[in-house]
Amino acid sequence: MTTVAEQDVAVRFSAVSKWFGRDEKRHQVLNNASFAVPAGKTTVIAGGSGQGKSVTLKLILGLLKPDAGQVLVFGQDVARLGFNALRELRMQFGVLFQGSALFDSLNVFENIALPLRERTKLQEDEIRAKVEATLDQLELKGHEEKYPAQLSGGMKKRVGLARALQLEPRLVLFDEPTTGLDPVMTREIYELFDATQKRLGYTALIVSHDVPQVFALADQIVLINRGELDSFTDAGEIVHSGKAAIREFARTVMGPGFTGKGA
Amino acid sequence: MIPTVLRPAALLSGFGRLGALTLDALTDLGRMGFFLFWSLVGLFRLPFRFREVLKQLCFIGSGSLGVIFFTSLSTGMVLGLQGYNALNRFGADGMLGTVVALSLIMELGPTLTAIMVAGRAGSAMCAELGIMRISEQIDALDCMAIDPFRYLISPKFLAMILSMPLLTAVFDVVGIFGGYIVGVDMMGANGGAFMAGMAQNVTNADIRMGFIKSLCFGLLVAWICTGRGFFVHLIRGMGFGAESVSRATTQAVVYSSITVLVFDYLLTAVLL
Ligand SMILES: Nc1ncnc2c1ncn2[C@@H]1O[C@H](COP(=O)(O)OP(=O)(O)O)[C@@H](O)[C@H]1O
Ligand SMILES: [Mg+2]
Repeated sequence: MTTVAEQDVAVRFSAVSKWFGRDEKRHQVLNNASFAVPAGKTTVIAGGSGQGKSVTLKLILGLLKPDAGQVLVFGQDVARLGFNALRELRMQFGVLFQGSALFDSLNVFENIALPLRERTKLQEDEIRAKVEATLDQLELKGHEEKYPAQLSGGMKKRVGLARALQLEPRLVLFDEPTTGLDPVMTREIYELFDATQKRLGYTALIVSHDVPQVFALADQIVLINRGELDSFTDAGEIVHSGKAAIREFARTVMGPGFTGKGA
Repeated sequence: MIPTVLRPAALLSGFGRLGALTLDALTDLGRMGFFLFWSLVGLFRLPFRFREVLKQLCFIGSGSLGVIFFTSLSTGMVLGLQGYNALNRFGADGMLGTVVALSLIMELGPTLTAIMVAGRAGSAMCAELGIMRISEQIDALDCMAIDPFRYLISPKFLAMILSMPLLTAVFDVVGIFGGYIVGVDMMGANGGAFMAGMAQNVTNADIRMGFIKSLCFGLLVAWICTGRGFFVHLIRGMGFGAESVSRATTQAVVYSSITVLVFDYLLTAVLL
């Protein structure tokens, strides 16, 4: 467990529990989970499918409320914020949903331009220049006029990323940003993250399955398993964890030959 | 032997279910109230989405003209036929114009327009919002700190409230025309009497009543149809995914039609 001064923490979960369903169909996703995301650093959340990674992000976004415990974002309890305070907070977010959540009725260009048009006073030609630069970077040139229904999954992800990065966020939350991308594009996306993170200095929270690659990028790794969250500073720490379940999990996710070195 | 439904345990669980249903209905109603409030607030939030309102006006208003034209023409023609038949028995076919015009302007115009618009445009609005909800597009708007009410809902409200009286006016005029064709040209009522009776007996108060009704119905249809789509994920017992959207859409049309008819009575009682 890393201990950090409170002002250096962007997101803190303290003893968070989350259930779904009523009565006998009740199903616990997070059990007394605690972790902190250090500000200005990259934290990667890994874990098997259906373990609650997306739920963790939605708790931070205020789309879901914890059943117990607190989720603090920049020191504010997300579940207790009013309508306007929550909007103020969300102004600082850049979000990529697992399913991309592009707007069906807008084409690629309009989707990426939307945050600029709605939230800034930029002129149309400035917006065009900004969006075109991003399109270039993410190899989306020539697809501006297409609608989300005409894109592949990987292209949707890139459009979603472009949209999330338009307003220079303070905290980015990316849910599986590289799922559906080929290995070359995946590597380029991670290089892009690294470069933009250095340039903008945002806090990044990335859900990812690309387990060996993301360790190069991550300052902290959070594993979710059976409702429990554990943070590690590098892969070696995972392999030598005191919990047998974690070691077991690391072996199954990362392969038996994984030692945590050279990742 | 006591029948199963009357045994204490069964009775209690029956009451429990009734209680749960009541609570769900009240929660739903509260949610819809909250929804109406923020949708109306969204009308006054800046920046105003002028182009979106125009787009919705085009979809709801001019897009519904065809449906409204045929509905009103046939309604007017039936009124002409039935009215002539009934009035002729008392030798009062001079009153035909008044009867046709008043029934259209005060009752049939506003209600049938609202029901047709709910079926044509309201259902589409509900399905669109429902799909946006289940594919997390509305959550995405929220997370981008773009108010979904101002951005998505309020333009639909405004367009619906503006379109409804205009469509109702078209309905009335075309309906009266249909009544004239059948009553006068086909059945042989006196054309001059038709027009003169109408001009003499239809007052401004009657027209105002139809106008107020159509404004209220516009608000009701917009509210119910967008609200059902917006909350598709929260309505209990609707299933998930595509199924929930299809059910919410059905519900939107049924609820708005019923609400329009109930409010028609209430408004008539208040305004008459
Ligand atoms: N809205 C919801 N209603 C009920 N159960 C949910 C909901 N969202 C997520 N879950 C459940 O929570 C668990 C974690 O989901 P999720 O966070 O999406 O997994 P992942 O780690 O693959 O992103 C799953 O078992 C899922 O079924
Ligand atoms: Mg997920």
